[in-house]
Amino acid sequence: MSDTTTASPSGASVAFAQWLPRIEAVVIPLAALLGGLLVFSVFLLVLGKSPVDFYGLIYKAGFSTPFSWQNTLSRVSPLLFAALCVALPARLGLVVIGGEGAIVLGGLAAAVLGTMLIGAPSTLGLLVMAIGAAGIGALWIGAVGWMRFKRGVNETIASLLMAYIAIALMNHFVEGPFRDPASLNKPSTAPLPDSLRVGDMPIGIEVHWGFAVGVLACVLAWVLIDRTTIGFAARIAGDNVRAAQVQGLPVGKLIIGFTALGGAFAGLAGFFEASAIHGAANGSLVAGYGYTGILVAFLARHNPLAIIPVAILLAGFEASSGLIQRRMDLPDATILVMEGIVFVVLLFSETLYGKIAVFDPKFWGGRA
Amino acid sequence: MSHEPALPAGAIGVEAVAMTMRFGDFTALDNVTLNVVPGSFHALLGENGAGKSTLVKCIMGFYHATEGALLVDGREAIVRDPVDAQRLGLGMVYQHFTLVPSLTGAENLLISRADAPQVISWRKEMSKLHAFVESMPFKAPLDRPVSSLSAGEKQKLEILKQLYLGTRFLILDEPTSVLTPGEADEILGHVRALCEAGQISVLMITHKFREVTQFADDVSILRRGKLAGSGEVSSLSHDEMARMMVGEQVQNGGVTRAATEGETVLSLRDARAKDRSGLKSVDIAKLDVRAGEILGVAGVSGNGQTELMEMLTGQRNLTGGEIRVKGLPYHASRREAKALKVRYLPEEPLHNACAPHMSVAENLAFRQFDVNGSDRPRFWKNKREMLATAGDRISEFNVKTASVHSPIASLSGGNVQRAVLARELTGEVDLLVVANPCFGLDFAAVSAIRERILAARNGGAAVLLISEDLDEILELSDRVVVISEGQIVFETATANANTAEIGAHMAGHG
Repeated sequence: MSDTTTASPSGASVAFAQWLPRIEAVVIPLAALLGGLLVFSVFLLVLGKSPVDFYGLIYKAGFSTPFSWQNTLSRVSPLLFAALCVALPARLGLVVIGGEGAIVLGGLAAAVLGTMLIGAPSTLGLLVMAIGAAGIGALWIGAVGWMRFKRGVNETIASLLMAYIAIALMNHFVEGPFRDPASLNKPSTAPLPDSLRVGDMPIGIEVHWGFAVGVLACVLAWVLIDRTTIGFAARIAGDNVRAAQVQGLPVGKLIIGFTALGGAFAGLAGFFEASAIHGAANGSLVAGYGYTGILVAFLARHNPLAIIPVAILLAGFEASSGLIQRRMDLPDATILVMEGIVFVVLLFSETLYGKIAVFDPKFWGGRA
Repeated sequence: MSHEPALPAGAIGVEAVAMTMRFGDFTALDNVTLNVVPGSFHALLGENGAGKSTLVKCIMGFYHATEGALLVDGREAIVRDPVDAQRLGLGMVYQHFTLVPSLTGAENLLISRADAPQVISWRKEMSKLHAFVESMPFKAPLDRPVSSLSAGEKQKLEILKQLYLGTRFLILDEPTSVLTPGEADEILGHVRALCEAGQISVLMITHKFREVTQFADDVSILRRGKLAGSGEVSSLSHDEMARMMVGEQVQNGGVTRAATEGETVLSLRDARAKDRSGLKSVDIAKLDVRAGEILGVAGVSGNGQTELMEMLTGQRNLTGGEIRVKGLPYHASRREAKALKVRYLPEEPLHNACAPHMSVAENLAFRQFDVNGSDRPRFWKNKREMLATAGDRISEFNVKTASVHSPIASLSGGNVQRAVLARELTGEVDLLVVANPCFGLDFAAVSAIRERILAARNGGAAVLLISEDLDEILELSDRVVVISEGQIVFETATANANTAEIGAHMAGHG
């Protein structure tokens, strides 16, 4: 970077010192990920299974062939959106873990709007469904932000509990008012016509457009946070709300805006799930992507650009659960155990920031 | 060891001899000698930061004095920690309650014992506790959870706890700050009676002259870490005590000031807000600051200064009255502050005015990042301009930092304050609101920061200076008001200010 001038003892060491926090932000989560996988290996050994076989199968099922890549990438889209629903509020210091609720309601809204739009032009119909899904997600998570700002309600617990309400609402509507009488074993809304189904991208493997839109959403979120004055104001409020208040920054608007935007993204995940994968709204929308998204966002340290590779990695893990179940005779929840262990190690690693000497400029002879 | 908690075996005397306590380069206590005679009630007076807390913490073994000695009951004593102090019969009641709110009075007394039994026979213990409380000159409920007790009952229980633990020399740290005047009189009366009965000796930290004259035998006054005076209460007047507490008249002749008399910039009328506890309120009937003057708000900490600052910065909602700036109603929004050129320097800048994990350059940009050169709102952040401006401010205000990219939390306190000054004092300023700007800073930083504040005044800004340091107020201000119990109780021009009078008003004794 050319603009590292001013008040510097020596240009080179300062430029290097400037990169240390970023290196730290990459190395510590990576080490936590590896550490978590190491702890999980012990778990496997106790069960009498080979960790080498296990991780080999993950590679095979998730990342080795075009087919396995298709298997992985088709699961990335909801993780990207769900992780944004965690990462955006996190900029304001809020821990929102109820993205699952916005995904489920987004899927329901998209499917219900779709049944009303049969015969409408494809583009228009899909646009209306997407806006409806994003809108309900924004309302749902934005309400969490509003309660936090107006009443001091803990956003973590509120969002988690609201996810259960959302799932119950979805079940109610799918089994009641919007049930397709033809869906006998699995209550669903009426199937969406082909014109209202999101198709695959023209890249040779069957990955729907949700992947591209999700990547675009991550890039836009990064631009918002890193390049705009709104994102800058949000970072001030997230780091020290008192300083933001003394500066007269609109803390309430920022909190409600960022939670609503995160909820809108989660709602979009529901839209793609309903329109591209299931073709209707039903219990399959409750797939736990909202919760895996939390792990993605934390591993990415709430950096929207880092969410993209992390989501691909975690999607690969999830894609391999079927193969692991068949080949190693382990329940498919084993992947959840692995993710849980990684998350615990990751949360522990949060305590290491600023405590490791090599990431301190003084270690390299710089001044503090 | 299962010794029974004995009744105090009579008062003991404590003497601190030539005690000095240094923290790094800072001398908090400088060669202080203080003698509490057995069975006497000794008051310790002083402003915030005078060294009162440091002195009692040295006595109680929280700190180890750099130099000097401690005599307990006439013999030299080594107090390594508060457990040692308790063994010697020294006990302390802290400013804030240390009882467990969910436990009853009896449970609180029992768990405070170092030798509390592993298995408690409540019937046996309760009868002993009741017998103990019966023998005391005052009572506190033992069977109810502490959370349901009034402040006065809690304070009585704290004192009973000390007596139960066998304390023979009791330190009280501002014991009445949370009490109503009626409760305060009752409790200090009981403590006084215990002294007269020869059961305990007392050293009480206080700000209130009334309590000193009414209850204490002797008084010692600390100022800036040094013993400013001591003697029998009966031989000292309020005036003399106030003078010792706040020092001799400070001449503000060394400071260059342009004689200006401007229009009223800030005015508060009946501005009311709840205080931190939510129980009392801060009520500023009338406060005006004119352009080109510094108005100092003096007072002992906790009398509404924090709340006043929060009312002015928009962090605390008004429950009545109004704040006007240049005649316009003011709610401290970003737009209003920008248009009316209002700037703030809150106390503890790292805590109240900075985002500690963001870089120095980013922190310097807080005020201007969302507008372009012609004050129009902008959407895209301009990082290049941010860095260039930061470089200019850093050299202009002499902020010492390894780089503009360092997190601001890595800077020293003085440099954080310089960075905040650089941010807030650049450009035209019409109203500057400052709180304790030099708290905890070294000498060089202090004089640089005071110069900047005076420069703003001489440039025509109206300055409201809220400070717990009376010297600072007398040095900088053109006018002084005293805030006490959430109200402005006294006003004077600095030129003919009488420190004793100001001190008396600060001590709630007008």
